[in-house]
Amino acid sequence: MSVDAVTVRRIAHLARIAVRDDEVSHLQGELNAMLAFVEQLSEVNVEGVEPMTSVTPMEMKKRQDVVNDGEIADDIVANAPATEGHFFQVPKVVE
Amino acid sequence: MSTATHKLLKGATGDWEMVIGMEIHAQVTSNSKLFSGASTAFGGDPNTHVSLVDAAMPGMLPVINEECVRQAVRTGLGLNAKINLRSVFDRKNYFYPDLPQGYQISQYKSPVVGEGEVQLELDGGRSVTVGIERLHLEQDAGKLLHDQSPTMSYVDLNRSGVALMEIVSKPDIRDAEQAKAYVTKLRSILRYLGTCDGDMEKGSLRADVNVSVRKPGGPLGTRCEIKNMNSITFIGQAIEYEARRQIEILEDGGSIDQETRLYDPNKGETRSMRSKEEAHDYRYFPDPDLLPLEFSQAFVDELKAKLPELPDQKKARFVADFSLSPYDASVLVAERESAEFYETVLSGLANRARDGKMAANWVINELFGRLNKEGQDIAGSPVNAGQLAAIVDLIGEGTISGKIAKDLFEIVWQEGGDPRALVESRGMKQVTDLSAIEKVVDDIIAANPDKAAQVKDKPQSLGWFVGQVMKSSGGKANPQAVNDLLKSKLGI
Repeated sequence: MSVDAVTVRRIAHLARIAVRDDEVSHLQGELNAMLAFVEQLSEVNVEGVEPMTSVTPMEMKKRQDVVNDGEIADDIVANAPATEGHFFQVPKVVE
Repeated sequence: MSTATHKLLKGATGDWEMVIGMEIHAQVTSNSKLFSGASTAFGGDPNTHVSLVDAAMPGMLPVINEECVRQAVRTGLGLNAKINLRSVFDRKNYFYPDLPQGYQISQYKSPVVGEGEVQLELDGGRSVTVGIERLHLEQDAGKLLHDQSPTMSYVDLNRSGVALMEIVSKPDIRDAEQAKAYVTKLRSILRYLGTCDGDMEKGSLRADVNVSVRKPGGPLGTRCEIKNMNSITFIGQAIEYEARRQIEILEDGGSIDQETRLYDPNKGETRSMRSKEEAHDYRYFPDPDLLPLEFSQAFVDELKAKLPELPDQKKARFVADFSLSPYDASVLVAERESAEFYETVLSGLANRARDGKMAANWVINELFGRLNKEGQDIAGSPVNAGQLAAIVDLIGEGTISGKIAKDLFEIVWQEGGDPRALVESRGMKQVTDLSAIEKVVDDIIAANPDKAAQVKDKPQSLGWFVGQVMKSSGGKANPQAVNDLLKSKLGI
């Protein structure tokens, strides 16, 4: 598996990373090197093997249905570049 | 007579059939959010029902709310669906300001609930089964306000992270009527189960509707998705419009672009959302912060044992125990509150087996009829279940006639009070004393000798005499006794 220049631009766009035209070919080389490295895994036969989700067999921790968090609007918006009356403000997005 | 279960649309080139599938987002009834301890309460000042997890602060980890899992399993059981003892949470990646994480935690390949089905009853006793493809748990997004400033959008994350069940139907729905019946039935089941409040105005239940058209029985056409509908009426209108639009394009030799559309209820039309094709690359992958969701069959069985009676079961019981017509029974069970009201009336009756059917008629015709007329719902009914049961008792035992009962209902509606005491104090008792009725009958026959002579040739004019006697007795004479007496006196 390898990626072309168009795919590199597309991945960058999906991740909202600004990539200049003169960076594309360098990134393409790096991504393809990584993909080639990971490609080695395809030598292993994993037929019928469940994907591993945890290194130790354990059950997912669950919470009770109680309200014990929130009511910290000051903290929530504290680091936001723009706020008004505990709302976050972002540049206008309308469909 | 047509036996078709669905409507076809006529085009210039003949009939067209609609193929409809739905994705319903139902907000899970829970105190706290799917992965955090913040409140799910509706409203609230901006960003107050938000934890650091919901705001996606660095290093925060999600921990699942086990009640949300139970609610999803209960819903699956209510939809006669397969419950998956192991399911997986995935990240659905996209950027939008209402989604602080940059991904929604959802279930993609392994949902908690698999295939099930819902039965729909349509007008005229027709019945249709709609398959359920899956149900999965996922997070709701925050809310954006665009009208507060000319240059900025405002973000409130109170809803962000609230648990949703996405319920996906199979493309088994064939017209707008079925689509509306499907949403209505699903909403009813959710409300009986108590797993979603079904409040469409507050957005607790929203539907995305996939519509395509084809020649009857032909290959499937390209579909369009109408997003975010929160009114059953609008769902019906949007489907009709969208199907007509597609037929027009196809008959003009064009083709349908698969796209997302929005319904504008003011204009009564759907229109294309600006295409964001790239945004549909969600790059799902298993969420590394969450282990697979696993539970035992015993956990499922325990929930199943405690499931409440659902609308279909209740309807069957009403039909079997009280000989209600299937239609009347379905009217009573459609809303949980209506069914509960009727059951409270039943439990107040002296003779449930005898008067259960009459009680249903009174609840549906008199009470619902009146509430509808006054634009009130059952919670605000001036006549309570105990009062209605007393009125039905009084008719059933023969103390008052059905006609007088309507007057009594009116008094109770306007003034309240104990129906039995009102009947006593206002002298509304039915006259069953034969001699008293006989006197009235004799008087009327004596006053109308020509009509009395005609009645042998025109037996249907007996009704006129019955009417006169009832009128003259103020509606209190026992109609059966009046009938019998008149027949014997007039010799018919």
